Amino acid sequence: MASGKEIRTKIKSVQNTRKITKAMEMVAASKMRKAQDRMRAARPYADKIRRLAANLSQANVTDYKHPFLVHKDQVKRVGLILVTTDKGLCGGLNTNIQRVALNAMKEWNANGVSDIRACCIGNKGFGFMQRMGANVVSHVVQMGDTPHLEKMIGPVKVMLDAFQNGELDAVYIAYTRFINTMKQEPVLEQLLPLSGEQLGTPDSSWDYLYEPDPQVVIDEMLVRYVEALVYQAVAENMASEQSARMVAMKAASDNAKTVIGDLQLVYNKTRQAAITKELSEIVGGAAAV
Amino acid sequence: MAMTVHVDIVSAEEQIFSGLAEFVALPGEAGELGILPGHMPLMTRIKPGAVRVKVPDQAEEELVFVAGGILEVQPGLVTVLADTAIRGKDLDEAKALEAKRMAEEALQNKSSELDYAKAQAELAEAIAQIAAIQKLRKRGH
Repeated sequence: MASGKEIRTKIKSVQNTRKITKAMEMVAASKMRKAQDRMRAARPYADKIRRLAANLSQANVTDYKHPFLVHKDQVKRVGLILVTTDKGLCGGLNTNIQRVALNAMKEWNANGVSDIRACCIGNKGFGFMQRMGANVVSHVVQMGDTPHLEKMIGPVKVMLDAFQNGELDAVYIAYTRFINTMKQEPVLEQLLPLSGEQLGTPDSSWDYLYEPDPQVVIDEMLVRYVEALVYQAVAENMASEQSARMVAMKAASDNAKTVIGDLQLVYNKTRQAAITKELSEIVGGAAAV
Repeated sequence: MAMTVHVDIVSAEEQIFSGLAEFVALPGEAGELGILPGHMPLMTRIKPGAVRVKVPDQAEEELVFVAGGILEVQPGLVTVLADTAIRGKDLDEAKALEAKRMAEEALQNKSSELDYAKAQAELAEAIAQIAAIQKLRKRGH
Protein backbone atom coordinates (compact mmCIF):
# COMPACT_ATOMS: atom_id res chain seq x y z
CA MET A 1 0.00 0.00 0.00
CA ALA A 2 1.17 3.49 -0.89
CA SER A 3 2.51 5.64 1.88
CA GLY A 4 0.53 8.52 3.37
CA LYS A 5 2.66 11.17 1.77
CA GLU A 6 2.24 9.74 -1.71
CA ILE A 7 -1.52 9.64 -1.36
CA ARG A 8 -1.59 13.19 -0.06
CA THR A 9 0.34 14.41 -3.11
CA LYS A 10 -2.01 12.51 -5.36
CA ILE A 11 -5.07 14.06 -3.69
CA LYS A 12 -3.53 17.49 -4.05
CA SER A 13 -2.95 17.01 -7.76
CA VAL A 14 -6.49 15.73 -8.39
CA GLN A 15 -7.85 18.67 -6.43
CA ASN A 16 -5.91 21.04 -8.65
CA THR A 17 -7.23 19.34 -11.76
CA ARG A 18 -10.73 19.68 -10.37
CA LYS A 19 -10.23 23.39 -9.79
CA ILE A 20 -9.32 23.82 -13.43
CA THR A 21 -12.20 21.75 -14.81
CA LYS A 22 -14.61 23.56 -12.49
CA ALA A 23 -13.37 26.93 -13.73
CA MET A 24 -13.63 25.81 -17.35
CA GLU A 25 -17.16 24.62 -16.70
CA MET A 26 -18.20 28.00 -15.39
CA VAL A 27 -16.49 29.87 -18.20
CA ALA A 28 -18.22 27.64 -20.74
CA ALA A 29 -21.57 28.17 -19.03
CA SER A 30 -21.34 31.94 -19.33
CA LYS A 31 -20.05 31.76 -22.91
CA MET A 32 -22.79 29.34 -23.79
CA ARG A 33 -25.46 31.87 -22.93
CA LYS A 34 -23.87 34.45 -25.19
CA ALA A 35 -23.38 31.96 -27.98
CA GLN A 36 -27.04 30.98 -27.80
CA ASP A 37 -28.10 34.62 -27.94
CA ARG A 38 -25.96 35.13 -31.02
CA MET A 39 -27.46 32.06 -32.62
CA ARG A 40 -30.94 33.45 -32.02
CA ALA A 41 -29.91 36.91 -33.22
CA ALA A 42 -28.94 35.40 -36.56
CA ARG A 43 -32.36 33.90 -37.10
CA PRO A 44 -34.34 36.96 -38.31
CA TYR A 45 -31.85 37.51 -41.11
CA ALA A 46 -31.97 33.86 -42.14
CA ASP A 47 -35.78 33.90 -42.12
CA LYS A 48 -36.00 37.11 -44.13
CA ILE A 49 -33.51 36.05 -46.73
CA ARG A 50 -35.12 32.63 -47.06
CA ARG A 51 -38.48 34.25 -47.74
CA LEU A 52 -36.87 36.57 -50.24
CA ALA A 53 -35.16 33.71 -52.00
CA ALA A 54 -38.47 31.84 -52.10
CA ASN A 55 -40.17 34.82 -53.74
CA LEU A 56 -37.33 35.10 -56.20
CA SER A 57 -37.22 31.46 -57.16
CA GLN A 58 -40.88 31.72 -58.19
CA ALA A 59 -40.81 35.15 -59.76
CA ASN A 60 -37.93 34.53 -62.11
CA VAL A 61 -38.12 31.00 -63.34
CA THR A 62 -38.59 32.04 -66.94
CA ASP A 63 -35.98 34.63 -67.75
CA TYR A 64 -33.00 33.86 -65.52
CA LYS A 65 -31.85 30.81 -63.67
CA HIS A 66 -28.94 31.19 -61.34
CA PRO A 67 -26.33 28.39 -61.35
CA PHE A 68 -26.98 27.86 -57.62
CA LEU A 69 -30.46 26.64 -58.51
CA VAL A 70 -29.45 24.23 -61.27
CA HIS A 71 -29.42 20.59 -60.31
CA LYS A 72 -26.96 18.23 -61.97
CA ASP A 73 -27.99 14.72 -62.93
CA GLN A 74 -24.70 13.19 -61.98
CA VAL A 75 -22.68 14.22 -58.99
CA LYS A 76 -19.02 13.58 -59.68
CA ARG A 77 -17.27 16.32 -57.78
CA VAL A 78 -18.28 17.37 -54.31
CA GLY A 79 -17.34 20.20 -52.00
CA LEU A 80 -17.58 19.82 -48.24
CA ILE A 81 -17.61 22.62 -45.72
CA LEU A 82 -16.66 21.16 -42.37
CA VAL A 83 -17.49 23.27 -39.33
CA THR A 84 -15.62 22.33 -36.18
CA THR A 85 -14.29 24.08 -33.10
CA ASP A 86 -10.91 25.70 -32.70
CA LYS A 87 -10.24 24.25 -29.28
CA GLY A 88 -10.62 20.81 -27.77
CA LEU A 89 -11.90 19.66 -24.39
CA CYS A 90 -15.50 19.66 -25.50
CA GLY A 91 -16.37 15.99 -25.28
CA GLY A 92 -17.10 14.04 -28.44
CA LEU A 93 -18.31 17.04 -30.42
CA ASN A 94 -15.53 17.18 -32.99
CA THR A 95 -15.07 13.42 -33.16
CA ASN A 96 -18.75 12.99 -33.98
CA ILE A 97 -18.83 15.55 -36.75
CA GLN A 98 -15.57 14.23 -38.17
CA ARG A 99 -17.03 10.75 -38.24
CA VAL A 100 -20.05 12.05 -40.14
CA ALA A 101 -17.75 13.79 -42.60
CA LEU A 102 -15.59 10.72 -42.98
CA ASN A 103 -18.56 8.43 -43.62
CA ALA A 104 -19.94 10.87 -46.17
CA MET A 105 -16.59 10.99 -47.95
CA LYS A 106 -16.37 7.19 -48.00
CA GLU A 107 -19.87 7.00 -49.42
CA TRP A 108 -19.10 9.56 -52.10
CA ASN A 109 -15.98 7.65 -53.07
CA ALA A 110 -18.02 4.46 -53.30
CA ASN A 111 -20.57 6.22 -55.51
CA GLY A 112 -18.01 7.31 -58.03
CA VAL A 113 -17.23 10.80 -56.82
CA SER A 114 -13.76 11.50 -58.12
CA ASP A 115 -12.95 14.86 -56.59
CA ILE A 116 -13.68 15.99 -53.04
CA ARG A 117 -12.70 19.47 -51.99
CA ALA A 118 -12.87 20.60 -48.42
CA CYS A 119 -13.29 23.96 -46.77
CA CYS A 120 -12.53 23.81 -43.08
CA ILE A 121 -13.96 26.21 -40.55
CA GLY A 122 -12.24 25.62 -37.24
CA ASN A 123 -8.83 24.33 -36.25
CA LYS A 124 -9.82 20.78 -35.36
CA GLY A 125 -11.45 19.98 -38.66
CA PHE A 126 -8.58 21.57 -40.51
CA GLY A 127 -6.05 19.34 -38.77
CA PHE A 128 -8.29 16.32 -39.34
CA MET A 129 -8.67 16.98 -43.06
CA GLN A 130 -4.92 17.47 -43.43
CA ARG A 131 -4.22 14.21 -41.68
CA MET A 132 -6.73 12.52 -43.96
CA GLY A 133 -4.86 13.93 -46.94
CA ALA A 134 -8.01 15.63 -48.24
CA ASN A 135 -7.84 18.43 -50.75
CA VAL A 136 -8.33 21.47 -48.51
CA VAL A 137 -8.96 24.45 -50.75
CA SER A 138 -9.63 26.97 -48.02
CA HIS A 139 -9.90 27.25 -44.27
CA VAL A 140 -10.67 29.63 -41.43
CA VAL A 141 -9.16 29.10 -38.01
CA GLN A 142 -9.00 31.14 -34.81
CA MET A 143 -12.50 32.51 -35.10
CA GLY A 144 -12.67 33.50 -31.44
CA ASP A 145 -15.89 33.43 -29.49
CA THR A 146 -17.91 35.59 -31.86
CA PRO A 147 -18.38 34.32 -35.38
CA HIS A 148 -17.80 37.11 -37.88
CA LEU A 149 -19.23 36.80 -41.34
CA GLU A 150 -16.37 38.88 -42.66
CA LYS A 151 -13.83 36.15 -41.94
CA MET A 152 -15.90 33.54 -43.73
CA ILE A 153 -16.60 35.41 -46.94
CA GLY A 154 -13.30 34.56 -48.63
CA PRO A 155 -13.04 30.85 -47.80
CA VAL A 156 -16.70 30.22 -48.61
CA LYS A 157 -16.39 32.16 -51.84
CA VAL A 158 -13.68 29.75 -52.99
CA MET A 159 -16.30 27.00 -52.77
CA LEU A 160 -19.09 29.03 -54.34
CA ASP A 161 -16.85 30.08 -57.22
CA ALA A 162 -15.86 26.49 -57.85
CA PHE A 163 -19.53 25.55 -57.95
CA GLN A 164 -20.43 28.45 -60.18
CA ASN A 165 -17.64 27.59 -62.63
CA GLY A 166 -18.88 24.04 -62.84
CA GLU A 167 -15.89 22.56 -61.01
CA LEU A 168 -18.17 21.14 -58.35
CA ASP A 169 -21.55 19.44 -58.74
CA ALA A 170 -22.70 19.79 -55.15
CA VAL A 171 -21.60 21.44 -51.95
CA TYR A 172 -22.37 20.03 -48.52
CA ILE A 173 -21.95 21.47 -45.09
CA ALA A 174 -21.27 19.43 -41.94
CA TYR A 175 -21.78 21.04 -38.56
CA THR A 176 -23.15 20.32 -35.11
CA ARG A 177 -26.72 21.42 -34.68
CA PHE A 178 -27.66 22.82 -31.32
CA ILE A 179 -30.78 21.15 -29.92
CA ASN A 180 -30.43 21.95 -26.25
CA THR A 181 -27.73 22.20 -23.65
CA MET A 182 -27.52 18.45 -23.22
CA LYS A 183 -28.03 17.45 -26.81
CA GLN A 184 -26.15 18.39 -29.94
CA GLU A 185 -26.47 16.58 -33.21
CA PRO A 186 -23.93 16.27 -36.00
CA VAL A 187 -25.63 16.95 -39.33
CA LEU A 188 -24.66 16.92 -42.98
CA GLU A 189 -26.74 19.15 -45.21
CA GLN A 190 -26.71 19.95 -48.87
CA LEU A 191 -25.89 23.59 -49.40
CA LEU A 192 -25.75 23.77 -53.18
CA PRO A 193 -27.58 23.47 -55.45
CA LEU A 194 -30.37 25.06 -53.47
CA SER A 195 -33.39 22.88 -53.35
CA GLY A 196 -36.90 24.21 -53.81
CA GLU A 197 -38.40 22.80 -50.64
CA GLN A 198 -35.54 24.30 -48.66
CA LEU A 199 -36.72 27.72 -49.73
CA GLY A 200 -40.34 27.11 -48.95
CA THR A 201 -43.31 28.54 -50.77
CA PRO A 202 -43.53 32.19 -51.73
CA ASP A 203 -46.03 34.56 -50.13
CA SER A 204 -47.75 35.31 -53.41
CA SER A 205 -46.81 35.64 -57.04
CA TRP A 206 -45.63 38.98 -58.32
CA ASP A 207 -42.42 40.23 -59.76
CA TYR A 208 -40.17 42.87 -58.35
CA LEU A 209 -38.82 45.94 -59.95
CA TYR A 210 -35.10 45.34 -60.09
CA GLU A 211 -32.41 47.92 -59.86
CA PRO A 212 -30.02 47.90 -61.71
CA ASP A 213 -31.09 44.57 -63.30
CA PRO A 214 -32.49 41.24 -62.09
CA GLN A 215 -29.36 39.19 -62.67
CA VAL A 216 -27.08 41.33 -60.53
CA VAL A 217 -29.54 41.52 -57.66
CA ILE A 218 -30.31 37.80 -57.73
CA ASP A 219 -26.62 36.93 -57.85
CA GLU A 220 -25.89 39.09 -54.82
CA MET A 221 -28.90 37.83 -52.95
CA LEU A 222 -28.15 34.16 -53.44
CA VAL A 223 -24.52 34.55 -52.42
CA ARG A 224 -25.71 36.24 -49.23
CA TYR A 225 -28.29 33.53 -48.75
CA VAL A 226 -25.66 30.83 -48.83
CA GLU A 227 -23.40 32.85 -46.57
CA ALA A 228 -26.25 33.32 -44.14
CA LEU A 229 -26.74 29.55 -44.06
CA VAL A 230 -23.04 29.03 -43.39
CA TYR A 231 -23.07 31.73 -40.74
CA GLN A 232 -26.05 30.11 -39.06
CA ALA A 233 -24.22 26.78 -39.07
CA VAL A 234 -21.15 28.35 -37.49
CA ALA A 235 -23.24 30.14 -34.86
CA GLU A 236 -25.01 26.88 -33.98
CA ASN A 237 -21.71 25.08 -33.87
CA MET A 238 -20.34 27.60 -31.39
CA ALA A 239 -23.38 27.28 -29.14
CA SER A 240 -22.97 23.49 -29.34
CA GLU A 241 -19.28 23.79 -28.54
CA GLN A 242 -19.83 25.75 -25.37
CA SER A 243 -22.64 23.47 -24.15
CA ALA A 244 -20.62 20.37 -24.92
CA ARG A 245 -17.62 21.81 -23.12
CA MET A 246 -19.72 22.72 -20.13
CA VAL A 247 -21.17 19.21 -19.92
CA ALA A 248 -17.76 17.58 -20.44
CA MET A 249 -16.14 19.73 -17.79
CA LYS A 250 -18.98 19.08 -15.36
CA ALA A 251 -18.47 15.35 -15.85
CA ALA A 252 -14.73 15.79 -15.33
CA SER A 253 -15.29 17.77 -12.12
CA ASP A 254 -17.70 15.13 -10.83
CA ASN A 255 -15.25 12.36 -11.64
CA ALA A 256 -12.46 14.24 -9.91
CA LYS A 257 -14.66 14.54 -6.85
CA THR A 258 -15.23 10.77 -6.76
CA VAL A 259 -11.52 10.10 -7.17
CA ILE A 260 -10.71 12.51 -4.35
CA GLY A 261 -13.27 10.78 -2.12
CA ASP A 262 -11.79 7.35 -2.83
CA LEU A 263 -8.25 8.54 -2.27
CA GLN A 264 -9.23 10.24 0.99
CA LEU A 265 -10.69 6.95 2.20
CA VAL A 266 -7.51 5.06 1.33
CA TYR A 267 -5.44 7.76 3.00
CA ASN A 268 -7.45 7.61 6.21
CA LYS A 269 -7.24 3.84 6.28
CA THR A 270 -3.47 3.87 5.82
CA ARG A 271 -3.09 6.49 8.52
CA GLN A 272 -5.19 4.51 10.95
CA ALA A 273 -3.37 1.31 10.13
CA ALA A 274 -0.06 3.03 10.85
CA ILE A 275 -1.34 4.31 14.20
CA THR A 276 -2.73 0.93 15.18
CA LYS A 277 0.53 -0.70 14.22
CA GLU A 278 2.55 1.74 16.31
CA LEU A 279 0.21 1.32 19.27
CA SER A 280 0.37 -2.44 19.20
CA GLU A 281 4.15 -2.23 18.96
CA ILE A 282 4.28 -0.03 22.04
CA VAL A 283 1.88 -2.28 23.91
CA GLY A 284 3.82 -5.35 22.81
CA GLY A 285 7.10 -3.71 23.89
CA ALA A 286 5.66 -2.73 27.28
CA ALA A 287 4.35 -6.25 27.84
CA ALA A 288 7.79 -7.70 27.09
CA VAL A 289 9.43 -5.47 29.69
CA MET B 1 -53.01 58.84 -38.33
CA ALA B 2 -50.52 58.84 -41.15
CA MET B 3 -50.04 55.73 -43.27
CA THR B 4 -47.25 53.51 -42.11
CA VAL B 5 -45.16 50.68 -43.47
CA HIS B 6 -43.45 47.93 -41.49
CA VAL B 7 -39.67 48.22 -41.63
CA ASP B 8 -37.19 45.50 -40.76
CA ILE B 9 -33.48 46.14 -40.78
CA VAL B 10 -31.50 42.97 -40.11
CA SER B 11 -27.90 41.92 -40.46
CA ALA B 12 -26.60 38.37 -40.39
CA GLU B 13 -25.41 38.95 -36.84
CA GLU B 14 -28.38 40.76 -35.31
CA GLN B 15 -31.73 42.47 -35.77
CA ILE B 16 -31.09 46.20 -35.95
CA PHE B 17 -34.52 47.76 -36.30
CA SER B 18 -38.05 46.50 -36.52
CA GLY B 19 -41.20 48.60 -36.40
CA LEU B 20 -43.57 50.90 -38.21
CA ALA B 21 -42.42 53.91 -40.18
CA GLU B 22 -43.96 56.71 -42.21
CA PHE B 23 -41.02 57.12 -44.49
CA VAL B 24 -37.69 55.42 -45.18
CA ALA B 25 -34.74 56.96 -47.00
CA LEU B 26 -31.73 54.94 -48.02
CA PRO B 27 -28.79 55.02 -50.41
CA GLY B 28 -29.78 52.82 -53.35
CA GLU B 29 -27.47 51.49 -56.03
CA ALA B 30 -28.77 54.01 -58.55
CA GLY B 31 -29.24 56.89 -56.15
CA GLU B 32 -30.97 57.97 -52.95
CA LEU B 33 -34.30 56.20 -52.48
CA GLY B 34 -37.27 57.44 -50.52
CA ILE B 35 -39.90 54.84 -49.73
CA LEU B 36 -43.41 55.73 -48.65
CA PRO B 37 -46.12 53.26 -47.64
CA GLY B 38 -47.63 51.49 -50.65
CA HIS B 39 -44.47 51.54 -52.73
CA MET B 40 -44.44 48.98 -55.52
CA PRO B 41 -42.37 45.80 -55.11
CA LEU B 42 -38.74 46.63 -55.60
CA MET B 43 -35.47 44.89 -55.07
CA THR B 44 -32.14 46.61 -55.24
CA ARG B 45 -28.67 46.73 -53.84
CA ILE B 46 -27.86 49.48 -51.44
CA LYS B 47 -24.60 51.30 -51.02
CA PRO B 48 -22.80 51.88 -47.73
CA GLY B 49 -24.45 54.77 -45.94
CA ALA B 50 -27.19 55.83 -43.59
CA VAL B 51 -30.73 54.49 -43.58
CA ARG B 52 -33.15 57.08 -42.20
CA VAL B 53 -36.42 55.85 -40.76
CA LYS B 54 -39.20 58.30 -39.87
CA VAL B 55 -40.98 56.70 -36.95
CA PRO B 56 -44.52 57.95 -36.21
CA ASP B 57 -44.91 60.25 -33.19
CA GLN B 58 -41.21 60.82 -32.99
CA ALA B 59 -39.67 64.07 -34.09
CA GLU B 60 -36.21 62.70 -34.77
CA GLU B 61 -35.53 60.14 -37.43
CA GLU B 62 -33.92 56.85 -36.55
CA LEU B 63 -30.50 56.60 -38.15
CA VAL B 64 -28.93 53.27 -39.00
CA PHE B 65 -25.62 52.96 -40.77
CA VAL B 66 -25.27 50.02 -43.10
CA ALA B 67 -22.24 48.75 -44.96
CA GLY B 68 -24.33 47.96 -48.01
CA GLY B 69 -26.80 45.18 -48.52
CA ILE B 70 -30.07 44.42 -50.24
CA LEU B 71 -33.38 46.22 -50.05
CA GLU B 72 -36.69 44.54 -50.65
CA VAL B 73 -39.90 46.51 -50.82
CA GLN B 74 -43.43 45.14 -50.78
CA PRO B 75 -46.47 47.39 -50.49
CA GLY B 76 -46.70 46.99 -46.71
CA LEU B 77 -43.21 45.84 -45.91
CA VAL B 78 -39.68 47.15 -46.26
CA THR B 79 -36.83 44.77 -45.56
CA VAL B 80 -33.22 45.85 -45.45
CA LEU B 81 -30.73 42.99 -45.40
CA ALA B 82 -27.67 44.83 -44.15
CA ASP B 83 -24.14 43.60 -44.64
CA THR B 84 -21.89 43.43 -41.64
CA ALA B 85 -18.85 44.19 -43.70
CA ILE B 86 -18.08 46.49 -46.58
CA ARG B 87 -18.54 44.35 -49.66
CA GLY B 88 -17.49 44.67 -53.21
CA LYS B 89 -16.63 42.37 -56.05
CA ASP B 90 -12.93 43.18 -55.84
CA LEU B 91 -12.88 42.99 -52.06
CA ASP B 92 -14.59 39.61 -52.05
CA GLU B 93 -12.27 38.43 -54.77
CA ALA B 94 -9.25 39.52 -52.74
CA LYS B 95 -10.58 37.63 -49.72
CA ALA B 96 -11.11 34.49 -51.77
CA LEU B 97 -7.60 34.75 -53.21
CA GLU B 98 -6.18 35.25 -49.73
CA ALA B 99 -8.05 32.16 -48.54
CA LYS B 100 -6.68 30.14 -51.45
CA ARG B 101 -3.16 31.32 -50.79
CA MET B 102 -3.45 30.34 -47.12
CA ALA B 103 -4.68 26.89 -48.07
CA GLU B 104 -1.77 26.40 -50.45
CA GLU B 105 0.69 27.58 -47.84
CA ALA B 106 -0.77 25.18 -45.33
CA LEU B 107 -0.47 22.40 -47.87
CA GLN B 108 3.21 23.15 -48.39
CA ASN B 109 3.84 23.28 -44.67
CA LYS B 110 1.97 20.06 -44.19
CA SER B 111 5.07 17.87 -44.23
CA SER B 112 6.85 20.00 -41.66
CA GLU B 113 3.80 20.02 -39.42
CA LEU B 114 3.44 16.28 -39.77
CA ASP B 115 7.12 15.89 -38.89
CA TYR B 116 6.57 18.05 -35.87
CA ALA B 117 3.62 15.95 -34.73
CA LYS B 118 5.66 12.80 -35.30
CA ALA B 119 8.61 14.17 -33.39
CA GLN B 120 6.32 15.14 -30.55
CA ALA B 121 4.87 11.64 -30.40
CA GLU B 122 8.36 10.12 -30.40
CA LEU B 123 9.45 12.46 -27.64
CA ALA B 124 6.44 11.50 -25.52
CA GLU B 125 7.28 7.84 -26.04
CA ALA B 126 10.90 8.37 -25.06
CA ILE B 127 9.88 10.23 -21.90
CA ALA B 128 7.53 7.40 -20.96
CA GLN B 129 10.35 4.89 -21.48
CA ILE B 130 12.71 6.87 -19.28
CA ALA B 131 10.08 7.12 -16.57
CA ALA B 132 9.50 3.36 -16.74
CA ILE B 133 13.22 2.63 -16.52
CA GLN B 134 13.58 4.92 -13.52
CA LYS B 135 10.72 3.19 -11.77
CA LEU B 136 12.29 -0.21 -12.41
CA ARG B 137 15.64 1.01 -11.07
CA LYS B 138 14.01 2.31 -7.88
CA ARG B 139 12.37 -1.00 -7.33
CA GLY B 140 15.64 -2.83 -7.99
CA HIS B 141 17.59 -0.96 -5.33
